[in-house]
Amino acid sequence: MSPSPSSSPRPSRRSWLAIRQGIPSGLYWGLAACGLALPLVVWLLAAEGHADPVFLPSPARVAERVHLWWDDGLMGDVGISTMRVVVGWAVSALFALPLGLMIGTWRPVQALLEPLTDFIRYMPAVAFIPLVMVWVGIDEAAKVAIIFIGTFFQMVLMVAEDVRRVPMAQIEAAQTMGATPMEVVEKVIVPSAKPALLDTLRVTMGWAWTYLVVAELVAANSGLGYAILKAQRFLQTDKIFAGILMIGLIGLLIDQLMRLAHRKAFPWLHARH
Amino acid sequence: MSPTANPTAPSQAGASALGIQCTQLCKTYPGAKAPALQDVNLTVQPNEFIVFVGASGCGKSTLLRTIAGLEAFDQGTLTVGGQPVTGPGLDRAMVFQHYSLYPWLTVQENIKFCRQLQAHTAERTSADVEDAAGRADALLRLMGLTHVAKAYPSELSGGMQQRVAIARALMSRPPVLLMDEPFGALDAQTREVMHDLIQHVHRLERTTIVFVTHDVDEAIYLGDRVVLMAPRPGRIDSVHTVPLPEHRTQDMKLAPEFLRLKRQLLDRIRDTSGMKTDLDLLAQLSRSAADVASGATPL
Repeated sequence: MSPSPSSSPRPSRRSWLAIRQGIPSGLYWGLAACGLALPLVVWLLAAEGHADPVFLPSPARVAERVHLWWDDGLMGDVGISTMRVVVGWAVSALFALPLGLMIGTWRPVQALLEPLTDFIRYMPAVAFIPLVMVWVGIDEAAKVAIIFIGTFFQMVLMVAEDVRRVPMAQIEAAQTMGATPMEVVEKVIVPSAKPALLDTLRVTMGWAWTYLVVAELVAANSGLGYAILKAQRFLQTDKIFAGILMIGLIGLLIDQLMRLAHRKAFPWLHARH
Repeated sequence: MSPTANPTAPSQAGASALGIQCTQLCKTYPGAKAPALQDVNLTVQPNEFIVFVGASGCGKSTLLRTIAGLEAFDQGTLTVGGQPVTGPGLDRAMVFQHYSLYPWLTVQENIKFCRQLQAHTAERTSADVEDAAGRADALLRLMGLTHVAKAYPSELSGGMQQRVAIARALMSRPPVLLMDEPFGALDAQTREVMHDLIQHVHRLERTTIVFVTHDVDEAIYLGDRVVLMAPRPGRIDSVHTVPLPEHRTQDMKLAPEFLRLKRQLLDRIRDTSGMKTDLDLLAQLSRSAADVASGATPL
């Protein structure tokens, strides 16, 4: 079948629906904007349809609530909540990093600690609240402790996994250059695992945020979680929405900052091949 | 050390090449059906370039790693320069097939890596410190890496990465250099270049090289002697002295002595590989090809 002389051959293009097929960046950002805008539009329309603001507050009401909240100490709530999450996460990291490193490096340590950690991991942090109140009290330490319980055990296992992924050839190369075991840990395993560890810290920070509301169940009188809980009691659904959105936004911001830090910290990883 | 001295030549204080002695070496992995190494007896002369070759599972990598001290052995004795091997050490540097370079360090930093280890700083004098910088530069030049000294390994091709790995291993002037199929992942042209490069290195550096490969051409081209190993159980089948002059050139790969030894080794590998199913398949295919040719059976 010969092509008609009047038409020029069209360049063939694989369908955008083909598996793993790339798409133009304009299309990607267009679709991403739609993906974010669509729920907003659905929310707007649904709120119009349902007159009851308790069941579903409109975006306008939520925005108004944020504005009111701003004048009523929103930044203070944001600050105290951020402090609790970050401190809980940081204390987790303080213990999880060395412990995970040891578990990932020495099999005896892994045998001793990993099954226990695996088991505790499944215990719900919420259930620890009464215990924490008895053991730690009801001040800031108690909130931080809840966040720690929710974050630490997952973190240890992820750190151990990151450490185990260091290629054996890198370790053996150092050994055949005369490195002692501590030198291998310090000069090969840790630098090699650092990018994965930073990623683990970023992901676990996200999880730590999800424990905020649980933590602020423990006799809090400030914070985003506390505000959500109080709003729940008074059926102020718009404030609940506002609180949840604020937590989400802060989490997103921190996540993006940590991604940026990753790109800056490891130029060798992001270097063009 | 005088500034006019060749920085790649061994320093007076450094060790010269060492020999390796294995006697009745045995090793079985727990749960394995056959020993990985059985009654291995081998003497490697100082400054020799010896190659282990054989089919997969013959124990050549296991033997190399045992000499490196990365694997333990169950019976027999193993000494390097008269000293028993109890673990890895800076006297036996090793080049791996891949993934051994440190991606967070530049080429230059990778090569100089050993200098930050205790084992190397123990008896450092100011002369050694000066020597180190000169040695690193000399190795960069020797390996043709000067133009990428500040690049990261991920920016380099496979061949260049292996050159960095070799330079890094040579930095401390090891008396023994162990190479585990270092060119296996490289394309044919790059491999040819690496062959001549490693020969050049062997001539300049006084080091015993133990080289593992599955490629018979490579084994004959590079080695003073070729140790043919066989699997199940892993053992030395035969040791062959390569009948070629010390300085090898690419055209020797077509010389009758080369081809004769190659044929001998390949036949021996086939006989000892125990790959009956592969040979049966070949026989069956040639029978059916003959049938098709004679018109007896359609394909």
